[in-house]
Amino acid sequence: MSDGKEGAGGALLLGVRHHGPGSARAVRAVLEEARPGVVLIEGPPEADALVPLAAEEDMRPPVALLAHAVDEPGRSAFWPLAGFSPEWAAIRWAVEHGVPARFIDLPAAHTLAWERDDEDEGEDGGTEPAAGAGDPAGTDVRVDPLGVLAAAAGYDDAERWWEDVVEHRGVGKGDPVAPFTALEEAMTALREEYGSGGHERDLVREAHMRLRIRAAQRECGNGVAVVCGAWHVPALRRRTTVAADRALLKGLPKVRTDMTWVPWTHRRLSRASGYGAGIDSPGWYGHLFDAPDRPVERWLTKVAGLLRAEDMIVSSAHVIEAVRLAETLAAMRGRPLPGLSETTDAVRAVMCEGSDVPLALVHDRLVVGDVLGEVPATAPAVPLQRDLTRIQRRLRLRPEAAERELELDLRKETDAERSRLLHRLRLLGIGWGEPAVSRGSTGTFRETWRLRWEPELSVRVAEAGVWGTTVLAAATARAEADAVTARGLAEVTGLAEHCLLAGLSEALPTVMRILADRAALDADVGHLAQALPALVRSLRYGDVRGTDTASLAGVAAGLAERVFVGLPPACAALDADAAEEMRGHVDAVHGAVGLLGDAPAAGHGQLRGRWQSVLRTLAARDTVPGVVRGRSVRLLLDDGGLARDEAARLMGLVLSPGTPPADAAAWIEGFVGGGPGGGLLLVHDERLLGLVDAWLTGVPAEAFTDVLPLLRRTFSAYEPGVRRTLGELVRRGPGTRGSALAVSGLPGFGPGLDIGRADAVLPVVRLLLGPHGNEKTADAGPAGATA
Amino acid sequence: MTVSVETEKLRPHAEDAFAAELAALAAQDDRPRPARWRLSPWAVATYLLGGTLPDGTVITPKYVGPRRIVEVAVTTLATDRALLLLGVPGTAKTWVSEHLAAAVSGDSTLLVQGTAGTPEEAIRYGWNYARLLAHGPSRDALVPSPVMRAMADGMTARVEELTRIPADVQDTLITILSEKTLPIPELGQEVQAVRGFNLIATANDRDRGVNELSSALRRRFNTVVLPLPETAEAEVDIVSRRVGQIGRSLDLPTVPDGIDEIRRVVTVFRELRDGITADGRTKLKSPSGTLSTAEAISVVTGGLALAAHFGDGVLRAGDVAAGILGAVVRDPAADRVVWQEYLETVVREREGWKDFYRACREAGA
Repeated sequence: MSDGKEGAGGALLLGVRHHGPGSARAVRAVLEEARPGVVLIEGPPEADALVPLAAEEDMRPPVALLAHAVDEPGRSAFWPLAGFSPEWAAIRWAVEHGVPARFIDLPAAHTLAWERDDEDEGEDGGTEPAAGAGDPAGTDVRVDPLGVLAAAAGYDDAERWWEDVVEHRGVGKGDPVAPFTALEEAMTALREEYGSGGHERDLVREAHMRLRIRAAQRECGNGVAVVCGAWHVPALRRRTTVAADRALLKGLPKVRTDMTWVPWTHRRLSRASGYGAGIDSPGWYGHLFDAPDRPVERWLTKVAGLLRAEDMIVSSAHVIEAVRLAETLAAMRGRPLPGLSETTDAVRAVMCEGSDVPLALVHDRLVVGDVLGEVPATAPAVPLQRDLTRIQRRLRLRPEAAERELELDLRKETDAERSRLLHRLRLLGIGWGEPAVSRGSTGTFRETWRLRWEPELSVRVAEAGVWGTTVLAAATARAEADAVTARGLAEVTGLAEHCLLAGLSEALPTVMRILADRAALDADVGHLAQALPALVRSLRYGDVRGTDTASLAGVAAGLAERVFVGLPPACAALDADAAEEMRGHVDAVHGAVGLLGDAPAAGHGQLRGRWQSVLRTLAARDTVPGVVRGRSVRLLLDDGGLARDEAARLMGLVLSPGTPPADAAAWIEGFVGGGPGGGLLLVHDERLLGLVDAWLTGVPAEAFTDVLPLLRRTFSAYEPGVRRTLGELVRRGPGTRGSALAVSGLPGFGPGLDIGRADAVLPVVRLLLGPHGNEKTADAGPAGATA
Repeated sequence: MTVSVETEKLRPHAEDAFAAELAALAAQDDRPRPARWRLSPWAVATYLLGGTLPDGTVITPKYVGPRRIVEVAVTTLATDRALLLLGVPGTAKTWVSEHLAAAVSGDSTLLVQGTAGTPEEAIRYGWNYARLLAHGPSRDALVPSPVMRAMADGMTARVEELTRIPADVQDTLITILSEKTLPIPELGQEVQAVRGFNLIATANDRDRGVNELSSALRRRFNTVVLPLPETAEAEVDIVSRRVGQIGRSLDLPTVPDGIDEIRRVVTVFRELRDGITADGRTKLKSPSGTLSTAEAISVVTGGLALAAHFGDGVLRAGDVAAGILGAVVRDPAADRVVWQEYLETVVREREGWKDFYRACREAGA
């Protein structure tokens, strides 16, 4: 052991940066040389029992220590460890050499309790128990120790300074302890200046660490190595009395906690928020740690391999030039070795032709990376399972292997909660319940589920543990992640619906934002028009369940506005099938706009008025296919947006001899076809019927066979009664020609037609004429008129 | 060259205009310089990015933008690789290349302007035919191109608008850049590049389709893309400064009257270009046009002219609306939808933009 390190405590104090590959390598080198009897690591002591698991074959970093309150699984904290973390290097060295490894930080029982207390005050001091030398630098406004050191050295970026000064110094030249000594000196100077730097709780944690170090020294003498954040080293070196340290630890709040290992990912390591360790480039760090030599050359070769796999032309000459550029850049920037920024610049300029697009791929696959950790099956259960068990007990919903059916009445609180639980589990891929068709009522307040607990669902629960510690949190995180990766607009809409069903109001903003983004970028109006009705449906369904749907309404209204803008140009130059599909879209949007109301959300006014003006545009534009134009006129007419005279004028226009018969027939199909009620209009408006009749009789014989199928489809969809009436009206003809059916008692085609009275007579007429005669008349009707 | 003549010139070369700064840098630059460089790479970067020298000399920034860009560009030249500057119009490609050449070689005049009609002679060499006929082929009858002179003297040559040059002429550069020699078969001689020779090319990256570089040539270049201004404020600054300069020569009203309108034009351009609103809340479709800063400048200048000659002299929404529409809607079908969507979903609801919305609706009707 080196002389300089035998400080006040007599222990070997190794100050590191969390997740620093250079630190990890240095720690390993020092441990190899010093061969301590016990290794102490900054981390929650509850995890001591979990250390042996690190030796198991199935344990692969990145992993995280997870602490959670037993009674409240949502209260949890993570200590992520990657393969290149110094802490992990220390643990591995200890288990390989049969040396005990212990965690010496304040127990998670206290830190979690602090966190609970903080929630009232709205402060975040305790939420990052893993915080050490590295983390306060990034997350703290109070004091940034590394930032101060870096600024003193003339760097504007603390991370880069650390890399240059510590991480990039290769190990093996000279004394392995030297970097730690230098760092400790710097940190001592800093702490003399700033004290605890505003981290009052650090003092308590450090007191605890000192006590644990003393205990270890009593046990093993001086063969004690401590791996902790560099920031803590001066404090651990300081001479204090046991009594003073004990006093600091007195009366700390406490909660009952459990610990386990959970798998982690590089992607999560790179996330600065929440419990993430907040390093931007885990893949690069991993590379630095794993590469035996020439890290830059190896890295750029790796990048070239990736780009080649993506079919970009990258030759060895490119790699050579990139290495040259990176090294010269580093020299010009005064850095000892090219870092990530130099290699990235070189890759951009040499391999990517200056473009950032392939560079994004490099960042995603290599700089961050897809590495997923593994945890042996023997690790203790994840808190998600506990949370689920608790909810199952509370809702009296026992997991049973036998299949059974469950009827839920969503108006009851318990049933509504059960429904939400089942929906959430489905989102998490835990298929305990499958929705089934209700046998009894079809009301929206009823749900039927088929429940069956398969043994492998427990495995699914364990897998879902990466998403969160409670069912609610996990489902929320999963829904958000799914929304980000969803491919189509429809998928996101479905997800939004699912979120409403599962009561995941916290995930909704993310899902809605992505929905709005997708809608903004989707150039296909058809997709938008398809998504809109589903969205409006979930909006109304959400109302039933009392979910907050304000954001949903805003998105739906925005979607409608986009449809309004995009619909007219999208209707140009369509073939018959596409036109028919577009007619369906127009209908769907019309229904959705009707349901949305006039002003569903702030800033989205006069939806109906604007929709009507869109319909008017469609109705008047010649390039729009006949079926869509006819439909638009019809919708306007039904909504009172168009006077009957105007409709008649438009119909007259389209049915005038200049229009190709096929187009006119399509117009009629759009206007009066499709579903019930289409024909009634003709029954009630003699003028329109007269127009159709006059046009049909005027269609030339050779064109008639072309329009016949379309007309047949239009008119055969009517109800028999309507068809028959139409036939009768046509046979009698407008005006005075109607003498054949005078016996039925109709008053004729005068302006004083009383439809109500006329309809009242129809049943009697039907009785008189009998069913057979009617069918024949109706079928023969339109065709017969032209014969 | 006397000072009076110098000031009379419409536009002096970079090495003349900033001679004092270059001299101060050279005097105080103690870092190693590559062969025949006037300054060290570090000093070249300082010359472009600006700074204060130890003796207090202030170096004005020539390029306002990411430091990284300049560092990569200078390092590329130092590693003996040719540099290709890409960017949409108005991103200061030519400006950067001129100043780089001035700082590195002290001479920015070894320039080949690329056009569709640029012949091979412009890159290799031509002949003085009178001399050729009188005395036969010799070095004296040869008219060297700027590139050839740069090779012989170890200087930096510049090629502007490389992608406008016909592909077969472009490929002349391959031998020059890879073998660093220029053969003269007529004389059985060659010109070998002296250390210090390098080449800076610029190209408009929206013009890639005009004469795409062959991959053989592309491989000789390190590429640096000059980005559009990073922040809206920076862009407003650039636009109003340029508009002011143009406006003075056209005797148009002063800019401050229209600064709000300029900001609006820049906002519209940036939002559509980036495909996201300034507040980062809403994504947008991007139109097919470039929407470069240069276009924003011409929209505002056009608007100013309208306001001065047909309006009340104050730049208003109506004056720029038509110009914006023309810049955004390049493809009548797709871009119109993009523009309408933008108007309806973003502009319509924006506080204080009612007049602009109305003006655009009128212009688009």
